[in-house]
Amino acid sequence: MTLRVVEPGPFTTVQDAGRPGQAAMGIGRSGACDRRSYALANRLVGNDTGAAVLEVTFGGLVLRAESELVVATTGARCAGPWPHNAPTFLRVGEEIRLGRPVTGVRTYVAVRGGLAVESVAASRSTDVLAGLGPDVVAAGDVLRVGPAAGPMPGVDLAPVAESEAGDVVVAVSLGPRADWFTGEAWSVLQSSAYVVTDDSNRIGLRLDGPSLERCRDDELPSEGLVRGAVQIPPSGRPVLFLADHPVTGGYPVLAYVDDDDVDRCAQLRPGQRVRFCAPAQSSVQVRR
Amino acid sequence: MRVLSSGTTALLLEFDDLDQVLAMYTALTEDRPDGVVDIVPAARTVLLVTDPAVTSLAALEASVRALTPRPGGRPPGELVEVPVTYDGPDLPAAAELLGCAEKELVRRHTATVWTVAFCGFAPGFGYLTSPDWPFDMPRRPTPRASVPPGSVALAGEFCGVYPRASPGGWQLVGQTALAAFDLSRDPAALLRPGTRVRFVDVGSQV
Repeated sequence: MTLRVVEPGPFTTVQDAGRPGQAAMGIGRSGACDRRSYALANRLVGNDTGAAVLEVTFGGLVLRAESELVVATTGARCAGPWPHNAPTFLRVGEEIRLGRPVTGVRTYVAVRGGLAVESVAASRSTDVLAGLGPDVVAAGDVLRVGPAAGPMPGVDLAPVAESEAGDVVVAVSLGPRADWFTGEAWSVLQSSAYVVTDDSNRIGLRLDGPSLERCRDDELPSEGLVRGAVQIPPSGRPVLFLADHPVTGGYPVLAYVDDDDVDRCAQLRPGQRVRFCAPAQSSVQVRR
Repeated sequence: MRVLSSGTTALLLEFDDLDQVLAMYTALTEDRPDGVVDIVPAARTVLLVTDPAVTSLAALEASVRALTPRPGGRPPGELVEVPVTYDGPDLPAAAELLGCAEKELVRRHTATVWTVAFCGFAPGFGYLTSPDWPFDMPRRPTPRASVPPGSVALAGEFCGVYPRASPGGWQLVGQTALAAFDLSRDPAALLRPGTRVRFVDVGSQV
């Protein structure tokens, strides 16, 4: 069973659950940026939880079925007639054409059986920072589809919320190096809106907004981090790390976005604004 | 040990020095707490990444505090010999920074038995340390845009082998043909935490 990529769109990669458990060897987690949408896509077509799918950035993907296939898209809803959040049968020669997403950035395309591209370091995910995994999807690629793992779930449509437009509020807590910043930095972070810039990618969102000032200048020995880290490089402008974050980082992490909210951050598009909100009970004093 | 919060899925443990890091890393790998997906040692810290479906951060912190660090307790790992041509572009500068002749730097470097303390920066990039290497090597004032793969390099208390071409500010003292990271090999990383390394001079240009 195969699918042919007619048009890849601006940026499409193969993603699965990534490479957990290998960080001590310098291999990052990677995997789908919006894990919730990724998991739903696989569930809708009866795949195993770790099956490989396409992560489509800003739509534009055209796929042609070269076998009879069942496909579901989740995440950012793209313009066009293709049914979203619903498993759909595709006959030989039929095409999926995804327009631009109305809101959100990343659309997941799961195929019943999962994409059977070659696995690298126990995963089929493309890690754009480490340069691991399959090449970025290109026009003319023929993607092999594996055997179905289980029965179809008997769901016609998953009622999930659309990706958010406008300002998005996410929950944060103090990061491990909050004490490296001035007392104002934590309140500035929470009282400001930060704009997602267009050099954002799978590694992280680069944000523009009020500068967050450090109170010490020494060099931080690199330390491990996970997605959701809000790291402040010397420019003072935060980077919010997503799936392809470095395993270790040498700039201090002021705050962490709650893991549940990182999926929503993965759907923020350039120009959209994000606000950081710490739950009242966690607004404790920064330890100094 | 200080326990620092790192979001809803991870804890960062901070220590005074690398020896304490490795003592706790040994304890954590030998007595791995439930629900820990990744253990990431670094120069002064160990990051514990959890599966929130299996454990809470409070439960993890309790099990970590109950652990006894094992200083020097890690069994010596596999010994890997890395053949090196000592003709790196920074060899003269590195020797000068250490206040010795290039030949002496090569002699000290090859006489040292190194251990991979931790990995990071790139897949398969190991940070090697040794009690026999007391030097503290300054980085290059300006990092190179591209360091060739196989470069053997020094910075701070560490030695490393670049697994692939990447930017880097370390002092390049030599070159090895051995692949530090090879996906056709299992495990792909040659230099994993605990692996011991000896560099062998195979045709120094000095």
